[in-house]
Amino acid sequence: MEVTDLISIKTLCTHYNVPPTFINELQDYELIEIVVSDNVNYIKTAQINEVEKMIRLHYDLNINLEGLDAVYNLLQRVENLQNEVTTLHNKLRLYEDL
Amino acid sequence: MAFIDYYKVLGIPKTATEKDIKKAYRKLARKYHPDLNPNDKVAEKKFKEINEANEVLSNAENRKKYDTYGEHWQNAEAYEQAKQQQQRTYQRQSGNYSEKDFEDIFGNMFGGQDFGRGQRSARFKGQDFNAELQLELKDVYQDHKRTLTVNNKNIRITIPAGVENGQTIKIKGHGGKGVNGGPNGDLYIQFAIKNHSKFKRDKDNLYTNVDLDLYTAMLGGDLMVDTFNGKVKLTIKPETQNGTKVKLKGKGFPKYKKEGQFGDLYITYQLKTPTKLTEKEKELFKQLQKLR
Repeated sequence: MEVTDLISIKTLCTHYNVPPTFINELQDYELIEIVVSDNVNYIKTAQINEVEKMIRLHYDLNINLEGLDAVYNLLQRVENLQNEVTTLHNKLRLYEDL
Repeated sequence: MAFIDYYKVLGIPKTATEKDIKKAYRKLARKYHPDLNPNDKVAEKKFKEINEANEVLSNAENRKKYDTYGEHWQNAEAYEQAKQQQQRTYQRQSGNYSEKDFEDIFGNMFGGQDFGRGQRSARFKGQDFNAELQLELKDVYQDHKRTLTVNNKNIRITIPAGVENGQTIKIKGHGGKGVNGGPNGDLYIQFAIKNHSKFKRDKDNLYTNVDLDLYTAMLGGDLMVDTFNGKVKLTIKPETQNGTKVKLKGKGFPKYKKEGQFGDLYITYQLKTPTKLTEKEKELFKQLQKLR
C-alpha cells in the first residue's frame, strides 16, 4: 500500500474536528478499516467519503453507532438494488422495440 | 423571492417551543438527509428548506425578527431605519405608503440574497453536485472528450469507451466549495445514453437482425453485414433456418476501461421470402413443392 493512499487518523480527526475515539468506534463496528504502518493509524483515502458520511449522520442526525451500522448496511443494499434496476432497465431496452 | 413559511416547512405552529422546533427538525432531517436519500433531488431540496427553517427558528433572536419582519428578517435593522425615514417623508409629503411598499423597497435592495447559514466548527467537504449527460451510443464506442460547464467553470473530461447507460462517474473536487476550508465536493455525472442505431446493447454485447433472402438461406453464400464500426463478410451455410443466431466474436461494444477488449455481436437471420412472384417463378415453386 502506497503511503499516498492513506491518511492518518490524527490528520483526519483534526480536519473534521472529531475525536479519535469516534474513528476507533467505527472500526469496532467494522464500518471502516484501519491500517497501521510504523505505529501510526491510517485509513485508506478511498474511505474518506464514507467516513465523512458517517460523521454527518452521527453528528447532524444524532444517529448512534448501532444506528449507523444498520443505516449503512441498508444504504449498501439500496445502492446494490439501484445498480440492479439500472442493469434491468438496460436489458429491457433490448426488447422495447419488439 | 417567494416567501417561505418556516413554520410550515417544519410542520409546527407559531407557538412551538424550542424543544418542538428541535424535535420537528430532527425528525424531518432524518427523513430527507441527502446521505439517506442518494440521488434524490426532491429530498435534497426539502433538506435545504428544513435546514434553513431550523437555522432561523432555532435561534431565539432570529426567530423574533422572522416573526416580526417575515422574509426580510435579516434586514430588520435597516428595515426599521428605512421605515422611520419613510414615515418622516410620509409626514412631510403626506404621501401614501403601505407596508407592501416597504417590502418592495427591501425586496429591491436586498432581494435574491440567500439567508446566512450557521457555521460549523468542523471542516467539511463541499456539496456534491449531480449532473446528467446525454450521449448517443456511437459517442461511447470510443474514448470521448467533452468540455462541461459547471458553475461557470469549464471542465474537460474524458469519457471512457464502453460506459453504460445510467452509469455514474465521479470528477473529484468539482462540486461545491468546502465548508470552513474543507475540501471541495465532487461532481457526479450520470450518463443517459440514447440508442438510435439498429444494434441493441446489453453491457458489452450487441444484438442485431439481418435480413436473409430465400435463395442464400437455401443454397448458402456470402453476405455483407453491418457491424458497429464497419462491414464484415459472412459466409452463410446452406439450409440456414429463419431465426438462426451467429456470434461474431469481438465485434461487440468496447469493454469499460479494458482497452482493446470488446464484447460480441450476435446476429439473428430473418428470412425474407420473395413477393410479387412471376408466373414462371410460381410454376418453378410448384415443381419444387412436388419434389418434396
